[in-house]
Amino acid sequence: MTPATETDISIVAAAHVGRGLSYRRLLWGVSAVLFVIAPFLFSEYWLYWVCLIAINVVSATGLNILWGYTGLASLGHAAFMAVGAYSVALLDKHLGWSFLITVPLGGLFAAAVGLLVAIPSLRVRGLYLAIATIAASVILQFIFSNWDAVTNGMKGLVVQPAHFMGVQLDQPRLLYWIIVPTAIVLIKMASNLFRTRVGRAFIAIRDRDISAELIGIPLFKYKLLSFGLSSFYAGVAGALWAYFFRVVTPESFPIETSIFFLAVLIVGGIGTIGGGIIGAAFMTLVPELLRISLTALGPWMANSATVIPSVRIIVFGVLIVGFLRLEPQGLIELIGRIKRPFLKSRVS
Amino acid sequence: MTIDWVYLLEITLSGIGAGALMAVTGVAFVLIYRVTRVVNLAIGETLMLGAYAFFGMTSILGWPILVAVPLVIVGGVLFGAGLERTIIRPMLGQSPVSVFMVTIGIGSIIVGVVQLIWGVAPHRLISIVSEKPVFIGPAYVSSKSIVSFTIAAAVITFFLLVLRYWRGSLHLKATASDAGAAYSCGINVPRVYLLSWAVASAIACAAGILVGMVGGISPEMGVFGLSVLCVVIMGGLDSILGTLVVALFVGLIDAFAGSFLGGEFKQISTFTLLLLMLWVRPHGLFGTAEIDRL
Repeated sequence: MTPATETDISIVAAAHVGRGLSYRRLLWGVSAVLFVIAPFLFSEYWLYWVCLIAINVVSATGLNILWGYTGLASLGHAAFMAVGAYSVALLDKHLGWSFLITVPLGGLFAAAVGLLVAIPSLRVRGLYLAIATIAASVILQFIFSNWDAVTNGMKGLVVQPAHFMGVQLDQPRLLYWIIVPTAIVLIKMASNLFRTRVGRAFIAIRDRDISAELIGIPLFKYKLLSFGLSSFYAGVAGALWAYFFRVVTPESFPIETSIFFLAVLIVGGIGTIGGGIIGAAFMTLVPELLRISLTALGPWMANSATVIPSVRIIVFGVLIVGFLRLEPQGLIELIGRIKRPFLKSRVS
Repeated sequence: MTIDWVYLLEITLSGIGAGALMAVTGVAFVLIYRVTRVVNLAIGETLMLGAYAFFGMTSILGWPILVAVPLVIVGGVLFGAGLERTIIRPMLGQSPVSVFMVTIGIGSIIVGVVQLIWGVAPHRLISIVSEKPVFIGPAYVSSKSIVSFTIAAAVITFFLLVLRYWRGSLHLKATASDAGAAYSCGINVPRVYLLSWAVASAIACAAGILVGMVGGISPEMGVFGLSVLCVVIMGGLDSILGTLVVALFVGLIDAFAGSFLGGEFKQISTFTLLLLMLWVRPHGLFGTAEIDRL
């Protein structure tokens, strides 16, 4: 082997790395510009959906940490969102603190409740854990609807709009500046987590918990940590939700919402950060797309408006069954498969 | 303070009636779990589908009950077999949570379809028995709950006997304990799988008629399945006897909680019991503990 070939190889390698980097940089640059100009570019309607998607992405990413990366399925995710939302509502009502404090506190309260639920629930695994979390969420739901003195029962609590430097943040256009940056930071944190010792421990537990224990990972501690982190994400999402919809009732976060987030991960691609994002965006928009298309069918279908809820439930079920059965890796894998031939031709 | 014994007796009887319904639905869960290791959350929705099919045949088409009941049961058999063959069997070997989610998806589709066909409003089923109340001693019981209790008891006894004495139930037991080994002994494992889903769905559909008769039908009545799932888990997912014992117990607890604390305490008492049970005995009262192998 001569030195010349070695240099060639390294030059080629460097070129590849360089091209990859500039492509990524370009992507980052475009996203950053888009992020800044979006509120001025899009209408209120679109920004509403952007904000809702961002909230759902935060929550889905939290569930992804727990289910996708640690392998613990939870059906109580919505209840932890509710804890976050109620914390915001209560802190706002009694103390009038700024969202800068209440949103992180909402996350922390949810994490605390999550740990409280996790300690007895983590004695069981797999399906039993999923059912234990259903039980926990039913109990939380019961507390929200019956502890009248604090939660105002079924009537729920009204949240005042968030304030920042004297500006009332009551439109999606303004809330965008809280919700979307929070989502970006939390996603970045989650994707970095899996390059750390803790994140790798989570993955080891998911792949085979007994083996993980044998190589010296304290199972209970890391499972608890995963549960806490996941609930923190759910709590923050719930807190943002509270500022977005500005009323929190026990019916805001039914068990169907927990199922919705499991479905988000199944459809998007479980165990990948990108899958959680794509899944949340897709599943948030599906009901709206259905509404638009069924309304458009109005002239031909007499009862097209009344069947919307039923069709939505059916489509929801079909998406879950269809993806699990035909593409368990989710949309992210589908997109990758579509993209691959194009990328290959570019490299060669 | 005097205790109203008649009132207590009435609550007890209604609790036993509700427990019997849970027990019979629980048999469907146990049958599927024992053989295929799948927790089928669509049982609640299958039950609702059965109730609506009965409603459609009797109230809308005006068919006699004696024709409708067998048709609903046959429909349940076909429905369960179809589900197993087309959706569940290809999922074999996937993680239990994935299959669980598939059954949630199926349940969601059933709810949507029923809403499309029959609408969202609740309905009443035509009654199989007379509306005349029955008195056991001084206590009043509705005749519906006596009939449903009798049928439920008969069904459970039948299944306990069949599983104990029928030779074919050995196939079921062998498949449940080790599908691979059973296959190599010449047991037709796919057929056992198919059979368990078919029979369980038929039970669920028939139970739907009973549940609908007592409480009326609505697209949300599938939630009943969730309570039954709790019962089954507390009894041990693979034990019919455990399901029976816990179903009666939970029925009583619910009835007393509902009467003395208020209706909203019914569900919470079930789920609190479940959490306690999972904490103390994760595999349920009569269930077999699973052993982890590396």
